[in-house]
Amino acid sequence: MMSKINFLKPDKNNLNTFLYLGSFLFLISVLDVFINSFFSLNITGFLPGFLSFLFPLILGFIGLYFIRIEFSGIKQLDLLNKHINTNNFNAVLSLLIIFVIIKSLPPILSWFVIDASFAGDTKDVCTGSGACWTYIKVWMRRFMYGMYPNAEQWRINLSFIALVLMGSVGYFATDRFKKYLTLYYVVIYPLIAFLFIFFFISGGPVFFDFSYGIIAAILSIILGFFIPAKYKFYYFLIVPLALYITLKYFIFFEEYVELGKLDGLNWVETGAWGGLSLTFIISFFCLIFCFPIGMAFALGRRSNFPLIRYISVGFIEFWRGVPLITVLFMSAVMFPMFLPEDFFIDKLVRAIIAISLFEAAYVAEVIRGGLQALPRGQYEAAKSLGMGYWKMHIFVILPQALKLVIPGIANTFLALVKDTPLIFVVGLLEIVGMLNLAKTNPKWLGFAMEGYVFAAIIFWIICYAMSKYSYNLEQKYKTDR
Amino acid sequence: MNFKLKDIVPQLITVTAVVLVFGFFTYNAQINMENRGIDFGYGFLSQESSFDVQFSLIEYDGSHSYFRAYLVGLLNTILVSVIGIIIATILGVIVGVARLSPNYLINKFAAFYVEFFRNIPLLLQIFFWYFAALRALPLPQDAEAIFGVFFLTIKGLYVPAFIWQNFSVFFYSIVAAIIAIIVIRIHAKRVQENQGKQIPVFFISIGLIFILPLLSFLIGGVGISFEVPVLKQLATTSFIYEGGVSLPPELIALTLSLSLYTATFIAECVRAGIQGVGKGQKEAAASIGLTPNQVLKLVIMPQALRIIIPPTTNQYLNLTKNSSLAAAIAYPDLVLVFAGTALMQTGKAIEIVSITMFTYLTLSISISLLMNWYNKKIAIQEK
Repeated sequence: MMSKINFLKPDKNNLNTFLYLGSFLFLISVLDVFINSFFSLNITGFLPGFLSFLFPLILGFIGLYFIRIEFSGIKQLDLLNKHINTNNFNAVLSLLIIFVIIKSLPPILSWFVIDASFAGDTKDVCTGSGACWTYIKVWMRRFMYGMYPNAEQWRINLSFIALVLMGSVGYFATDRFKKYLTLYYVVIYPLIAFLFIFFFISGGPVFFDFSYGIIAAILSIILGFFIPAKYKFYYFLIVPLALYITLKYFIFFEEYVELGKLDGLNWVETGAWGGLSLTFIISFFCLIFCFPIGMAFALGRRSNFPLIRYISVGFIEFWRGVPLITVLFMSAVMFPMFLPEDFFIDKLVRAIIAISLFEAAYVAEVIRGGLQALPRGQYEAAKSLGMGYWKMHIFVILPQALKLVIPGIANTFLALVKDTPLIFVVGLLEIVGMLNLAKTNPKWLGFAMEGYVFAAIIFWIICYAMSKYSYNLEQKYKTDR
Repeated sequence: MNFKLKDIVPQLITVTAVVLVFGFFTYNAQINMENRGIDFGYGFLSQESSFDVQFSLIEYDGSHSYFRAYLVGLLNTILVSVIGIIIATILGVIVGVARLSPNYLINKFAAFYVEFFRNIPLLLQIFFWYFAALRALPLPQDAEAIFGVFFLTIKGLYVPAFIWQNFSVFFYSIVAAIIAIIVIRIHAKRVQENQGKQIPVFFISIGLIFILPLLSFLIGGVGISFEVPVLKQLATTSFIYEGGVSLPPELIALTLSLSLYTATFIAECVRAGIQGVGKGQKEAAASIGLTPNQVLKLVIMPQALRIIIPPTTNQYLNLTKNSSLAAAIAYPDLVLVFAGTALMQTGKAIEIVSITMFTYLTLSISISLLMNWYNKKIAIQEK
């Protein structure tokens, strides 16, 4: 019976023979690579060099050829054939990928974990051939906070925790407050964030006088009982602040001077900021600024007024045409020339302005794409309801257009986050900059690899999370037209 | 009255604001320059530059002018961009097609590649290759030859140089081959339209592009020889390779990271393009009896390219602009040579930054004009 089996043409009649033979050959080929890779034993060493090298590939190829039987009736086998073993070419590619994975696992594992050193806090512990994570451990504070004084770092932590908590309000908002969320995120939240960074992280002078603040708050709450519910929101938006200002400057005639600083908060100049926290600060503010600017220019580019259109086109094409590094160069060396002599803008602020304008041009193009994709009927319908330009755009056009361009906007924001390391041009050192600084420290020479791998992992996690989030957002707001 | 006040006022306000901002800037710039005793002008371009550049495609040293330095930087930028674009395109197309493969492993491998390299900042990748990966290479004296002629060392990649005899004949033979191919293509199209016959243009083209240069070797007296780099001792511990062409590690790190990074975006463009062609198109093409090759060539590719090319050109543009990150690892590109060294020496911030930006602007606007023209040409003519 054996003589009847045609080994050049596997078929269903001899399914078991082919299946056992094929999987045996395939397993041997994988095992050969595995042993070679993990135990550096070459079991085919007796073969001539070239054959020994190709041995697993040939064996695996024959094995996969034997088990490529259509409609075998075994579910797993059919699945395997369908996915990695459709034809000879695919079989070879699959084998190569499996071999590459097996081959690359041991060196990567040993570098990352097995031979790596974690303990201690000097360079001397790093004697193995693996990574020196001690280096990262020792420099962790610098990578996270830059040159920010160690004793003051709780200020950054506190601000970030507070801002993250306040940023997540949207998730917990009940339906009653949902309509205010846009206002909250566009105006109030950025303002709070700025105040946090100004007072806490920077340690800026405190203009706010708590005694007047408390009086104003109590007064406005008492008065608030007499306000109709309809206007309460706007009332609390304006009146407390107005009361505070009136009390302080018009009733008690305080002089407009800084009232000293909060106890214990020392001024930390922006040059000392750095590390990952600076990456977050810059990304956050650029993100907030570039969106409205971009939206304005997108609308400007589609405006009916020719002059506004030309100016918008000029702005967008200018920023899109130049590399960010030259923009930052401009903000560093050329921009001070354009300002009055005694007028000084902090370099962090300059960098934020430069990056915001740069990314705004990209946001504008993305939003324009969304505006163009909307059918004319939407504009005409809104106009026929008697809506003016702003009403039409705010309530009809922009919500739909923005929904369409969520992926594009997410890509622009990702690009923004990935562009932040470029601020080394203006002399600010975020995490990549700090790595380059640490790398040149004479006590810790030769650990460039660990540093870059560490930063790469951090950035990868941030960017990947962002892109996944945007994908979810896209799915959530997807409406079938 | 033909115009309305409602139309004029917003435009007037905008223009006034823009003019005011620009006027404010110019006024301040004038005062600042007067105070610091700097005069505005582009005359410095013809002055002697008196700084050296490590790597340049044209002859250059300190005795040449600043304009020559500008050219050196520009050419280096273009060199990196062109090499990067070529590698990124090849890699991107392969990965993009691989992402559509029915093979689960290939598919996931390609997806892993894209997700991995796309989500790490380019600058970090450049630093990684330059400061970490390429620094692990052997010293020139310890380097082992690859195929006997290439030497990959910490000081760069040394490859053999071609030494041509009668290069012009070889060059003209290639030009002749290209012209012949174009003529044959036009002819083949006409024959097919008139008589319905198909001429195997592809094989004729391949034959021509090989045979004509080969003939130039046999008949035209074209000769080629290689100059293999040879190790040379400068001092007791200092070695370099002489002869051949040397590619500095900055160039290698930059092209590697630029092309690996941009390839991920090109791969996504290619994938979107191929997916964008409806399944019905393939089925319809197959049902009228086209062979799989013809389906790909005549039905899928023309439609897919229409989707692929615009975003891919954008990526080429991005790559060119990203090549300015070269300044971070001291590869002498436009930004480093001109906006860096030349600016430090002359102090002419406004002039130099404006020239640099204008150069990039010209580059990208010309490419986008080309793009718009192409887009109009291939757009579906709807009635």
